[in-house]
Amino acid sequence: MVAAAFTDFMQQVVSGLASGGIYALLALALVIIHRSTGVINFAQGEMATLSTYIAWALIAHHAWSYWPAFAATLVLSFIGGVGIHRVVIRPVERGSVLRIVIVTIGLLVAINGFVVWQWSGEPQQLQSPFGTNVYDIGGVIVAAQDIGTIAVALGIVLLLWGLFQFTKVGLALRAVAVNPEEARLVGVRVSWMLALGWGLAALLGAVAGMLTAPTVGLDSNMMAAVLIYAFASAVLGGIDSPIGAVVGGLAIGVLLNMLSFLSQYSAFDWFTEELRLPMALLIILVVLLVRPQGIFGRPEVKRV
Amino acid sequence: MRTLLELDAVAARYGPVQALHDVSLVVREGEVVAVLGANGAGKTTTLRAISGTVSRSGAIELDGKQLKGGPEAAAKAGVAHVPEGRGTFVDLTVTENLKLGAYTRRDRGVKADIQRVAEYFPWMLERGSQRAGTLSGGEQQMLALGRALMSRPRLLLLDEPSLGLAPMIIREFFRIVRRLNEDEGLTVLVVEQDARIALNASSRAYVLEVGRVALAGTSDELRDDENVRRSYLGY
Repeated sequence: MVAAAFTDFMQQVVSGLASGGIYALLALALVIIHRSTGVINFAQGEMATLSTYIAWALIAHHAWSYWPAFAATLVLSFIGGVGIHRVVIRPVERGSVLRIVIVTIGLLVAINGFVVWQWSGEPQQLQSPFGTNVYDIGGVIVAAQDIGTIAVALGIVLLLWGLFQFTKVGLALRAVAVNPEEARLVGVRVSWMLALGWGLAALLGAVAGMLTAPTVGLDSNMMAAVLIYAFASAVLGGIDSPIGAVVGGLAIGVLLNMLSFLSQYSAFDWFTEELRLPMALLIILVVLLVRPQGIFGRPEVKRV
Repeated sequence: MRTLLELDAVAARYGPVQALHDVSLVVREGEVVAVLGANGAGKTTTLRAISGTVSRSGAIELDGKQLKGGPEAAAKAGVAHVPEGRGTFVDLTVTENLKLGAYTRRDRGVKADIQRVAEYFPWMLERGSQRAGTLSGGEQQMLALGRALMSRPRLLLLDEPSLGLAPMIIREFFRIVRRLNEDEGLTVLVVEQDARIALNASSRAYVLEVGRVALAGTSDELRDDENVRRSYLGY
């Protein structure tokens, strides 16, 4: 009985880490843009959806195999992200934060409309590159999809960390986030660095989207809920902290699955799937009230 | 000595506010030149005009070539600007700050240059992984100077380096600037509100008043000038 509960628990943890990995990627995208442009990119989810449709179209209509389509989608998404910054965001960047936010909301609507117009609203099926195998690891049943998702998310996070930590471009990206005026004085082309940030965010979103579609099905609103979870992850970890986004994402993924785990016991049977989104919003609210800077953020000091 | 920097009738404005009206000055290679003046005289704006962080008109030439465009272009041309109030990246480490100083460089000598800069500031090697924001004010000012040196500048612009620092630290800072000038022939244009410090550190100086050059001369001449004494040295 206890052993059965434990394997059940572990199963929920593993699948929680898998969905958490996806939240982490999208949260990381939000953090990168927030650090450089100073706003929450409300279009982040739709950008990911568009990327996923591109991958699907390459596979379904153009008979590409999965990984080449995956790679091509990353490249196209990166270019698209840079383009969005240059064409749509940069012209309003000097204005108030509200203007940029409104532009990102406009982007959300526009991209969503474009996806439906181009590929119709019909749900599609994006194959999983990891197959449908399940493995029995010490009694814990683990889906290949979950292992693959965790591995890809982790790999992307590590690559990105390496980029930020060990390359000249990464150093410049961080310098721009800390102090754009100073960065210009040492010769960094700040505007291009911001565009690069948007490119990286779009790329992260593309990975998140392609990992999401196999389990929830590809449709134009597929990332709406994921974006809320990513918000919760970023807020929990600290909206300016890349590590916070990753830890926050994994924590939210596991936490929500814990509630599913508990719901099999009669005392918690009221906790159904429908409560996951409100739960995420509750987490956002509580964090903002109790520790607005998040777990890894530093409190903002304002001199009066 | 060759002329390194020449400003001819430079004007600059912040939106509708004209901060510089007509500034002409010359800095020759290997000189330390000071710019003095009261608050709002246009000292900082003069430096910002040179590094391209303010919209300006008139001619600014570095080594005979027009300086055009923003601060990225100025940095590339060899101008290192240490702005007022410790220009460091507080969230980045000491070493990362130094590396950023060399951002425009494409050569392989950056690592060796960190060692070279550390000869002036030995503590920077031991504390390379410390975050700049946790340094003392004096250390941050030294780091800003070290970072500027990493670009191998042809011209170093210093904006009010003494601001908010203890007298001992200020002396140390200017001792290092003097060594850099004497040993490596570094050319420096320094803006200072503290005229005594500035005149001691420089060989020539300009005095700005409401966006114009009011006086110019060697630092010794200006120190003996009665107006300068009364207005800026206070005795």
